[in-house]
Amino acid sequence: MTMMKRFLSLILLLCWAVNAGAAPLTIEITEGAEGALPIAVVPFAWAGPGAGPGAADVGGAIAEIVRNDLQRSGRFSALPVKDMLARPQSDSDVEFRDWKVLGMDNLVVGQVRPNGQGGYLVRFQLFDVFKGEQLAGYNFPTTSRDLRSTAHRIADIIYEKLTGQPGAFDTRIAYVVSSNKADGSQEVSLKVADADGFDPQTIVTSSEPLMSPAWAPDGRRLAYVSFEQKKASIYVQEVFTGQRQKVASFKGINGAPAWSPDGRKLALTLSRDGNPEIYVLNINTNALTRLTNHYAIDTEPAWSPDGRFIIFTSDRGGKPQIYRVPAFGGKVSRVTFEGDYNARASYAPDGASVALVTRQGGDFRVAVLNLANSALQVLSEGRLDESPSFAPNGSMIIYATKINGKGELAAVSVDGRIRQRLALQEGDVREPVWSPYTKTNRRNP
Amino acid sequence: MKLKALKFAPLLALSLLLAGCAGMTGSEQAQDGAPITEGGQDGSADGAQTSGAQEGGAWSGSPLENPDSLLYTKTIYFDYDVDEVRADYRDVVAAHGDYLAANPAVTVTIEGHADERGSREYNIALGERRANGVKRLLMAQGAAENQIITISYGEERPAAMGSGETSWELNRRAEFVY
Repeated sequence: MTMMKRFLSLILLLCWAVNAGAAPLTIEITEGAEGALPIAVVPFAWAGPGAGPGAADVGGAIAEIVRNDLQRSGRFSALPVKDMLARPQSDSDVEFRDWKVLGMDNLVVGQVRPNGQGGYLVRFQLFDVFKGEQLAGYNFPTTSRDLRSTAHRIADIIYEKLTGQPGAFDTRIAYVVSSNKADGSQEVSLKVADADGFDPQTIVTSSEPLMSPAWAPDGRRLAYVSFEQKKASIYVQEVFTGQRQKVASFKGINGAPAWSPDGRKLALTLSRDGNPEIYVLNINTNALTRLTNHYAIDTEPAWSPDGRFIIFTSDRGGKPQIYRVPAFGGKVSRVTFEGDYNARASYAPDGASVALVTRQGGDFRVAVLNLANSALQVLSEGRLDESPSFAPNGSMIIYATKINGKGELAAVSVDGRIRQRLALQEGDVREPVWSPYTKTNRRNP
Repeated sequence: MKLKALKFAPLLALSLLLAGCAGMTGSEQAQDGAPITEGGQDGSADGAQTSGAQEGGAWSGSPLENPDSLLYTKTIYFDYDVDEVRADYRDVVAAHGDYLAANPAVTVTIEGHADERGSREYNIALGERRANGVKRLLMAQGAAENQIITISYGEERPAAMGSGETSWELNRRAEFVY
């Protein structure tokens, strides 16, 4: 319980904003897990000549990001810097006694040194305090631009060493923001930020709705729906270059794009034949295959990680429920039976469960359905929760919620024990989607 | 529910006077970014003379702007999770169908909308069902299919902000955009 209290209303103001004009973002850990692992992350020392670049505390900033990542996961309790009795820089000056006294299980120390023009070499070591031995040690060449990413990679390595599960800190989220401009008109943006909410970048802006962003498996492209031409069309956009391609603009609905695991195809919803059906579009050949054929609503397709199945929402039984169809066509089978509203399902990375939106009484909640035993666990506590999306390591689910009438983002661990709020200061935020691991931010060096 | 529709009437009339153009509804206008013209503005500026409103007596403008006409109502509301046009709006839809049948050169866009509850893409589908339901009734009155464009905005363009039945019932709607 003390750990819970410590997490309650702990607000981490992460103010190392690189981007001028970036809306400040707060992450509030509303509930933490009991038994969080105590860890000390000592500010990394500057090991170059002088006091450091522009007197900026680069090493301190890196350690702070690592500390915040670990803390935010709910799996760790990070020692505040002010409580540290020593500031060792490497194995040679670590006194494990100092950290045992403070009840630490693990210790992280590191150094930053200059490495060519605008470059740094970041070195860190992770220790088991009780055994007095090193668990991991790495050198990362990096640049001032990639420092945050490097810090997230370090957090990923620590997380994996100590929990046995890959970290997902060095990943990103995409989301939609709607805000009112000074003249009262609406502006809708599709944004991409680090998984901790930092460095938000706008990749599309429109006065018309933008919807349903979906990361390609390579983490470099996003599919989304835009109404900019006064009708719904699906675009695929390169996140880094901004180049984009309109891939579907049929009569009627063009919605709910979902990538195949091989990144070559999109499952989508089209109503060009009269009512919403699930199709598969090969984005290289433009070949279009219809998967469903029913007068009911069929929408919100999602691929299984092995690429064999597509699940989707349908009200063919009278109320929206989740159904499944082989990805190359075949017999449709029903997946959800509990409750009278289940929608917007997506697979966990291991394919063993799906996250979905379920109605409980009058409230819409995020839940996880275990596909082996059909057990449905409701995870969120809001009234209008929607758009769940798994972290690529399967540990957390990010989703959209309403707080005081405003759309905000929240995350919950798959066991429901850890809760976070990501509060953007402006606008109505919705439809978060967590990126996959990408080639450039693979977690191990 | 008709009362609710009429609440917007003075605002609508004012905007029509200011714009001097037929067919503007309460929908948002296209701004920067995508070069889009409002559906209601293009192709429908066909001679609406709203000045007749001040003169009393017979209505001399387009019947779409005559506050005494059923055609004046351009937003109809739906029950929760229902796409069937409510009985109290059948007359309104029929009047629009008659008007389209009598004026084959006129086109209308039916925008379907949903309230915020439930998933967004499902609400797009629900909004399309509402728009298509209206379209079928218009065609039953003799309107031609090529006079009617449908589009669903789902819950993406709420008419009323806020979470609660008072907002939701204003957002479950179909709009006639001439």
